[in-house]
Amino acid sequence: MMERELRLMKGNEAVAEAAIRAGADGYFGYPITPQSEILEYLMEANPYKTTGMVVLQAESEVAAINMVYGGAACGKKVMTSSSSPGISLKQEGISYIAGAELPCLIVNVVRAGPGLGTIQPSQCDYFQAVKGGGHGDYHLIVLAPASVQEMADFVELGFDLAFKYRNPVMILSDGAIGQMMEKVYLKPKKNRSTVIYDWATTGKPASRERNIITSLDLDPYAQEIHNQNLQAKYREVEKNEVRLEEFQTDDADYLLVAYGTSARVSQKAVQLARAEGIKVGLLRPITLYPFPSGRLKELSRQLKGILSVEMSAGQMVEDVLLSVSGKVPVSHFGRMGGVIPTPEEVVDSLKLKIIGG
Amino acid sequence: MAKIRGSIVINVDKCKGCEVCVVSCPTGTIALAKEVNGKGYNYAYPANPELCIGCANCAMVCPDGVITVYKTKI
Amino acid sequence: MKDVTGIKEIIKPENLVYKRSSVLTDNVFSYCPGCGHGTAHRILAEVIEEAGLQSETIGVAPVGCSVLLYEFMNVDVQQAAHGRAPAVATAIKRLLPEKFVFTYQGDGDLAAIGTAETIHACNRGENIMIIFINNGIYGMTGGQMAPTTLEGMKSSTSPYGRDIKLMGNPLKMTEIVATLPGTYFVTRQSVHTPANVKKTKKAMKKAVEYQKLNKGTCFIEIVSNCPSGWKMSPVESNKWMEENMFPFYPLGDLKVPAVE
Repeated sequence: MMERELRLMKGNEAVAEAAIRAGADGYFGYPITPQSEILEYLMEANPYKTTGMVVLQAESEVAAINMVYGGAACGKKVMTSSSSPGISLKQEGISYIAGAELPCLIVNVVRAGPGLGTIQPSQCDYFQAVKGGGHGDYHLIVLAPASVQEMADFVELGFDLAFKYRNPVMILSDGAIGQMMEKVYLKPKKNRSTVIYDWATTGKPASRERNIITSLDLDPYAQEIHNQNLQAKYREVEKNEVRLEEFQTDDADYLLVAYGTSARVSQKAVQLARAEGIKVGLLRPITLYPFPSGRLKELSRQLKGILSVEMSAGQMVEDVLLSVSGKVPVSHFGRMGGVIPTPEEVVDSLKLKIIGG
Repeated sequence: MAKIRGSIVINVDKCKGCEVCVVSCPTGTIALAKEVNGKGYNYAYPANPELCIGCANCAMVCPDGVITVYKTKI
Repeated sequence: MKDVTGIKEIIKPENLVYKRSSVLTDNVFSYCPGCGHGTAHRILAEVIEEAGLQSETIGVAPVGCSVLLYEFMNVDVQQAAHGRAPAVATAIKRLLPEKFVFTYQGDGDLAAIGTAETIHACNRGENIMIIFINNGIYGMTGGQMAPTTLEGMKSSTSPYGRDIKLMGNPLKMTEIVATLPGTYFVTRQSVHTPANVKKTKKAMKKAVEYQKLNKGTCFIEIVSNCPSGWKMSPVESNKWMEENMFPFYPLGDLKVPAVE
């Protein structure tokens, strides 16, 4: 077997390289800061010449996500990436993809909003990512990388989950992880899949009925059955796919819950607090949907309080509250507008809102 | 001289009685029936079958694809 | 009810000259009586059948009256979001370049909400066939003004007739895409008479051949009627179309290959 390759890369570049190596069939994107490196890297790498991967700069985010729809409906491993305002534009397409049960990967390198906001990192799109985002009852599977390594690893994981459940998967990153450089171990290149899926539109041979990719059903009873089937799938996802990382939770009296860049800050905050004799741990959800509610509920029995640390006005904190059902005090600390909190601020907030409270 | 004779078959259930075939028929073969089909449409039918020349004009313009055309020389 | 037939003696397999294409399903078209959509579907199915492309075809039908195209055409079909079919088809064709890919779009879809996707797919010269049904109205939602609604033409959102000062001008998308270097064959046809049906079918056949040769985008506008939206009988609507639509949207080729 080929050795893993060690490189120093930006998070965005790692996504692009990992996509080529994961055997992606297509990438459709549109420039927006802070994720344009993904498209730039792929254009420069020109994987069409080596693996046959199609890379196309679309005329808009809307066109890009609909190209993903078209490719995914052919059973191809296709993806797009964008940042917050662009992801908002993609929501209609994402809803169609979820409704038509197509596999694909969407990378959101989040910047602060609302509106044009700023290009600085933020976690203000949590609700949009984990609660659906577009119209209709649906869920994406949402992966939250906290390192350049995970930016790379979650591309293949994302595709695997997308095809396992025929469901769109989102990597919810942020501008810090997209732009920062770290070492990353890259997996050897996989060949593109030659599988022809029996549900995909690849041209109807005489041996099968025509395949129809649609999210439309004018019969409300049939549509409700479709909705019920989707919900059953989400329950399966919730049962099977929760991923999380814990840091010093064994003896913890207090818990920080944080993902992505906030988790990196919070890990340092745990060290600072422990140096002061406060027994703090960290739970880092790796999957934001499905949310690690079960483990949080378990941990809540030993805890005196939980602080949800997010670069937002407090979004994930709602899922933390739902997980522990009022059994333990929960509060939120966040910075907004593209500001990354410091570990000291986190510790101060823990003392003020949880320990002191 | 051989004479061209045609004949059409109209799927009554699928016909919506739009009359586009009637006006496209060069020989006046087709008319709308006084009776209606299951959907309540006055369906097209070969009112003067002996006039049909099998030109398939009716079938070509039929928006619902309900007309089959046959032709022979006698 | 039973089929009605002409002279029974002539109805023999060896005498068959025209029958419903096998690339159509048995489902009854959901279109209103006399609507050109059905005729356009039929011709498209015939072209696919005659070219032997049923197993190689992937169609894209976005939102509009023809959103249910997949109920009627016995080929693999993707239903797309409103206006986005050219983007969807772009990806299909690039990922499966050996397949025959078409979009089937109405005027609201192609010339209003999907203007960007239409222009950019044509400008990139995507190897797809775009069928553009222009009946100057939003049929599916109940007869609202479309980008192609004629000046003075009444619709439910231009009840006093389209006022150019207030509502802008009808858009000639076919003329626009004909100026783009990516389009190879651009034509405007209709399907309301046998002669026009033959011409439209010929245009589609050309588009199939050009796609095989990777020539670029083939764009076929079909000026059509909307009896329900126009509040006319089918036969009246075809006459009205000839008298009012054709002067503004003249039939014929807008762009043909230099050397055929």
